[in-house]
Amino acid sequence: MSESHLPIHDTGAAVMEASPYGIPSRKLTMWLFLVSDAITFGAILFGYGYLRTASTDWPTPFRFNPSILNVMIMTAVLITSSLTMLGAVDSAKLGDKPKTQRFLWSTILLGVIFAGLHIREWFGMIDEGVGLFQNPWGSPLFGATFFSITGLHLLHVISGVIAIAVISRGFARGSLTAGHVETTGLYWHFVDLVWMFVVPLIYLLNIARS
Amino acid sequence: MAASTKSPNVIARYLPVYFTLLAIAALEFFLAYRHFSPVVLLAMLLALAVCSGTLAVMFFMHLAEERRSLILTLIPAAIFVLVMMNVIWTDSYRLLHLRPFAH
Repeated sequence: MSESHLPIHDTGAAVMEASPYGIPSRKLTMWLFLVSDAITFGAILFGYGYLRTASTDWPTPFRFNPSILNVMIMTAVLITSSLTMLGAVDSAKLGDKPKTQRFLWSTILLGVIFAGLHIREWFGMIDEGVGLFQNPWGSPLFGATFFSITGLHLLHVISGVIAIAVISRGFARGSLTAGHVETTGLYWHFVDLVWMFVVPLIYLLNIARS
Repeated sequence: MAASTKSPNVIARYLPVYFTLLAIAALEFFLAYRHFSPVVLLAMLLALAVCSGTLAVMFFMHLAEERRSLILTLIPAAIFVLVMMNVIWTDSYRLLHLRPFAH
């Protein structure tokens, strides 16, 4: 194919091929990061499954109150935060800055509530004697898998809250665009997606039966 | 772009997916308290989680609106890697049955 058939981008002198995906490089980079992050979470969830299957005394400590009730609220909060993030992305695309700000800060607030409930859950577990390598009920690896999986997810939530705050400030000042809001939204929805797998595997399969 | 005078309700079109995700989550909690065997419960919860994840990726992350080339680049590779991780299960069951004093 001769170079004369290739489109020339107006931002550079070089002859460049059009994007095969039709999306900005920023968005493609985020998608590639999310795929790698999904595989990371997949690996640690498979590792958890490996240990759980190989243990004869895996504990099932989660009672309805406080743990499962807490997780139900956390799930509703996180799914709702995805909805407010969608509102922010669409408002940003429409150029409605005040509405974008309201949606972004609603998302931040919901993210902070989620993180607070998560930390409350952790303190409850620690009070019951669960540590990284010990617990009062059975396999000592329960604490290691519980804290590492939920901890990695919590780290993603906290990172997302910080990222959204930075994007919100930049978008309000005009230094960042709707594309930045959209890319951050992709990350936030991914955090929601991961939680949809963490809840059944970590909590619902380990419910305390009276 | 003066949108502040009369901006449309931007989240309205996402409400069906939002309520579906909430309903799937509620169903998961309900099923967890029924008396199914662990394997059956695991299969049902994973199937529901995959449904939730697909809805989130397709409609919240708008992958359904992207070009097919992007979907074909991202999704099969990720699924392939995750499926290949299933090779661990035989070793996991071997540990369960061959460990000293397992029963």
